Amino acid sequence: MAEKKKLGAYICKGCGIGDRLDIAQLKKTATREGKFAFAKDHDFLCNSDGVKMIQADIDAGEVDHIMIAACSRRAKTDAFRFDNVAMSRANLREGVIWVRPDTEEAEETTQEMADDYIRMACAEVKFMNPPSPSGEQGRVDHVLIVGGGFTGLTAAVEIAKAGYKATIVEQTGNLGGIARQLYKRIPTKAPYIDPQDTGIDALIKQVEENDNITVHLNSTVTKTSGAPGRFSVDISQESGSTKTENFGSIIQASGFKLYDANKLPEFSYGKSPDVVDQLGLEALAKAANGGAIKRPSDGKEVESVIFVQCAGQRSEKEGHLNYCSGHCCMTSIKQAMYFKDTNPDIDTMVVYSELRTPGAGGEDIYRSGQQKGVTFTKGIVSEVTPNGGNLKVKFKDLILDEEVESEADLVVLATGMEPKSGVNIDAIIVEEEEDESEENSKTIPIVPAESVLNLDYRQGPDLPQLVSGFTDSHFICFPYETRRTGIYAAGPVRRPMDMKQASEDATGAALKAIQALENAALGRAAHPRAGDLSFPRFRKEGCTQCKRCTVECPFGAINEDEDGYPVFNEARCRRCGTCMGACPVRVISFENYSVDTIGQAIKAVDIPDEFDEKPRILVLACENDAYPALDMAGMNRIEYSAYVRIAPVRCLGSVSMSWVTDALNNGYDGIILMGCQKGEDYQCHFVKGSEMAHTRMSKVDDTLTQLQLETERVETHEIAISDIQRVPEIINNMAATIEKIGMSPLKF
Amino acid sequence: MSSNTIKYRNSFLREVEANVEEGEWVRMCMQCGVCSGSCPLGPHWEHPPQELFMMIRAGKREEVLSSSSMWMCTSCYNCIVRCPRELPITHIMHGLAHYAHKLGLAPKNQPTKKFAQLFWDNLSKKGRVNELKLGLSLYFMNGFGEGIKTALKMKDIGLGMYKAKRMNPFEIFGGHGCKDKKGLQAILKKAREIEDAKADQYPKV
Repeated sequence: MAEKKKLGAYICKGCGIGDRLDIAQLKKTATREGKFAFAKDHDFLCNSDGVKMIQADIDAGEVDHIMIAACSRRAKTDAFRFDNVAMSRANLREGVIWVRPDTEEAEETTQEMADDYIRMACAEVKFMNPPSPSGEQGRVDHVLIVGGGFTGLTAAVEIAKAGYKATIVEQTGNLGGIARQLYKRIPTKAPYIDPQDTGIDALIKQVEENDNITVHLNSTVTKTSGAPGRFSVDISQESGSTKTENFGSIIQASGFKLYDANKLPEFSYGKSPDVVDQLGLEALAKAANGGAIKRPSDGKEVESVIFVQCAGQRSEKEGHLNYCSGHCCMTSIKQAMYFKDTNPDIDTMVVYSELRTPGAGGEDIYRSGQQKGVTFTKGIVSEVTPNGGNLKVKFKDLILDEEVESEADLVVLATGMEPKSGVNIDAIIVEEEEDESEENSKTIPIVPAESVLNLDYRQGPDLPQLVSGFTDSHFICFPYETRRTGIYAAGPVRRPMDMKQASEDATGAALKAIQALENAALGRAAHPRAGDLSFPRFRKEGCTQCKRCTVECPFGAINEDEDGYPVFNEARCRRCGTCMGACPVRVISFENYSVDTIGQAIKAVDIPDEFDEKPRILVLACENDAYPALDMAGMNRIEYSAYVRIAPVRCLGSVSMSWVTDALNNGYDGIILMGCQKGEDYQCHFVKGSEMAHTRMSKVDDTLTQLQLETERVETHEIAISDIQRVPEIINNMAATIEKIGMSPLKF
Repeated sequence: MSSNTIKYRNSFLREVEANVEEGEWVRMCMQCGVCSGSCPLGPHWEHPPQELFMMIRAGKREEVLSSSSMWMCTSCYNCIVRCPRELPITHIMHGLAHYAHKLGLAPKNQPTKKFAQLFWDNLSKKGRVNELKLGLSLYFMNGFGEGIKTALKMKDIGLGMYKAKRMNPFEIFGGHGCKDKKGLQAILKKAREIEDAKADQYPKV
């Protein structure tokens, strides 16, 4: 097994560990049971002297596999960072002394806890290897930007400023996108009083003059293959010529289209030319260019205008958008100012149900609108009808609680944004499944859409969509990150937004894209295991070509070769280990994380005899939220059962069912799996991991019944990082359950 | 549910802005309702302040000016303190009441209105409040019999105040005033003229 591995243990005595635990005993456990060549202790391992001690051993070639028993693996990561060695950590501080009372009667069980963590860490590192490069790394300092609108242009400029190259692929014959159609934009600078120049012409000029930015107009991306650091992209001209280029990473800034107001017959859009959408009003304002805005029907100067907010959006009605587009309230205020700034006598009324003005300047913009005399009426418009030369607007005033009517020369509908995100790859999958079982006939209508990226991925040609067609993976936690590594979404294709937010988005995505290509060049993982040098490998002889790994990979990192074997794309991989948890024959592993590293750690725990009355509870805790919550419980000195043994996992999705069955067979009395929130509002850092683990674990009852064990012995929980009080409760509840149902009979 | 044909034009809002004390603030209301929620007399108002502001914007001239609402204000200043938009709501309420009264639209038997008139008449004559006369005129505000009854009920307090030299019965004959009564009258007359000139641009009823 580990003949050539040079094993060394280092035990810290700082932070009270030395006072509370028998260090000599711990060293004995590492050397005798762990079969480590040596075990050293230090008064303060994370100080420069302690670190120097370890580094000196590594430099002298005495050790290449180290076990550090000190604080949590989440603490002191800067101090305990050693290159070219495999390392495991035993958590004696947050995991042992901080969660146990400092009393004489607790001493024995606390020491047992520490000994077990030493055994687990020793076993874990024995089955690790120092990371070795795959040879797959590539470096291309060139970012592809799909979409030449405001977001794409901003991203290109930011990338060029940072010293990298950018190429913009724009479908139409002009740069500037929708921003070019605007008369002015929402104010972005204090005091946020007047609409300001869009600045789009200057931005286009900046792009055109920059030598590091290449622009392809009338072009589309017809094929994207490869991985971060080595994307190969076909850029096809309208004329038919195609050019293949290599890129390090990709930003998708394909933008949005305005919701089709023709779908709102109650507002007479299309019936009267005096009912316009927000872009329609921009065109009128552009034509007036600072003069009086004239209505389209007869060219009369507009004297009264009504803005209808939330037209066809924030509504659950069939065919409406169920979300808020975020910018429309401020856009309407800005447009009302177009009128008020030319003539304060023009009546401008905004009918809103909730006025939403996000961003630093939002409230000031609203106030400025009021100051200029724009009237704001809380109400819901039900109908707009042509009435002689004017328009009659029927609405319910929600403050005065009455149905009223008003007349206006012009009506502006604030319709929403629809993302141009290409093909909905999930809809296609649903259709395929339906052919097999027609009972689940909940169809997702497949709207014919042209692909934006034409990805040559097994999982489909475009980015997976999060909600309502927007391509993101999590709006709050991981903006720009899509579920395709190295491809970042920015601007309104990601979520509805205004220009100010789009420019921030473009900058953020540009930095992410640069980070991705730099990481790819070094063979390091992208967010959230940033910097991880390991990557999945598989034993081909054992593979049954079941394709579960390729299907379940949340990031589409795995392709299939002609024979159906998985092809891992290292730079696309986020190192979550979902493939490892999925693999029924356990042939997938990482250098520093495998079925063996955790499996052996679980087996290393000393299981006392059934009559010792000392049960053992195994916790498999997700390292992203559950493990930090457990650490914080320790920091808060919240005590929990001394019978628990916690093993951090990368994601619940990586949990192999064999760990659970082996643990039960080895005599563990209870098992708790702690993952992130799943479902629609998921918080899983790897999107689907927690959900898949829950699905897999729903079948664990069969295993328990086969072993003639009570089903209460295995639990799966969704944990948030803030559940500091809850995690100890869950552990203690399991301890109480075991006390009730009795010890596992499977102890040998 | 009656479907009326309010125009939601800004003509009444402009009238209020021009004539009502602090009226130019009405447009800044954002309808949060904090004023209505903070008012200790809130439940007794026909229309709470924020609703009045909306009615002004909706052009409901008569309903606003003939409302008893703004006469309910006790000047506790809770609304001013709490308004997130810093509207001088108390002042606007008084301004609206004053404007409604001047146009003759205020409700006829509103007690606050009656008292305000008595107070003003008492004060504007000599530039100083004559407390004895003000008290008596309040006793007799609702008729002679009611006045006698109230006076008898209050006689012990009156005697006590007299003994403690807190009340001078001779004030009933004219009483004291400010130095330049004529000057004061002239100032008030001029102010009235300015206000009337402004109000003349708008319909009387």
